[in-house]
Amino acid sequence: MSMKTSNRQVDGVTIVDCSGRITLGEGSVTLRDSVRDLLGKGNKKILLNLGDVNYIDSSGIGELVSAYTTVKNQGGELKLLNLTKKVHDLLQITKLYTVFDVKDDEAAAVKSFGK
Amino acid sequence: MTAHRVSYTLDSTLDTVNSAEEAASQIATEAGFGDEEVMKIAMAVREAAVNAVLHGNAYDPGKKVTVDFERTAKNLVITIRDQGKGLDLDKIPDPLAAENLLKTSGRGIFLIRSFMDEVEIHPSKTGTEIKLIKHVHGSSVDGKEASQ
Repeated sequence: MSMKTSNRQVDGVTIVDCSGRITLGEGSVTLRDSVRDLLGKGNKKILLNLGDVNYIDSSGIGELVSAYTTVKNQGGELKLLNLTKKVHDLLQITKLYTVFDVKDDEAAAVKSFGK
Repeated sequence: MTAHRVSYTLDSTLDTVNSAEEAASQIATEAGFGDEEVMKIAMAVREAAVNAVLHGNAYDPGKKVTVDFERTAKNLVITIRDQGKGLDLDKIPDPLAAENLLKTSGRGIFLIRSFMDEVEIHPSKTGTEIKLIKHVHGSSVDGKEASQ
């Protein structure tokens, strides 16, 4: 199953609902294009909803890191929402759980972005 | 119990990565591993196949990737070989080091080592061989024959 994304705007925050697999090839490219597109339109508050992402490989992890640093370098914020256990465990063992701002409540996550 | 062995010779493409992962998932399931262990084995195989296709053979259509699955009473052993220049083990960074945490690559070998019980990497000038070993736990697995 490849990856799909769809965007929603909530109180100035773009929520990117992701589903499928973030892996080498199509999944990673989809995520990269989605984040670049948002930044190109000036949307710099990005909440990646990974609730329906049940698989991610090292390339996908790299893509999440790339998205995080790209948004940050442009003065924005990228946070993660609703990690599945598999993704949560992967971010734990790679020590990235403490790098990313990870949320599990959408409303609270939206409020946590700077004004 | 007799050993079961299956070998695949695959092109240096992304399809190979997916095929190797799917085969690993199927064989690990047939060997009696639980869902969590199957996921770890399949992911380790995927990462090793990515290394073979991308970093080993560099997508060269003239080079092949071979994947061997061997099941014994004690272990599931998966051997993946490429025909590249040989992995330089000294150049594999520690992805957990503070200076590497935000790097976008370099986590594959780390994940493989995290998910498997034993990992052997044998680089040579004619390619790299990586052997992934998962120990079979529990008596319910013993005696269960794989359908090939």
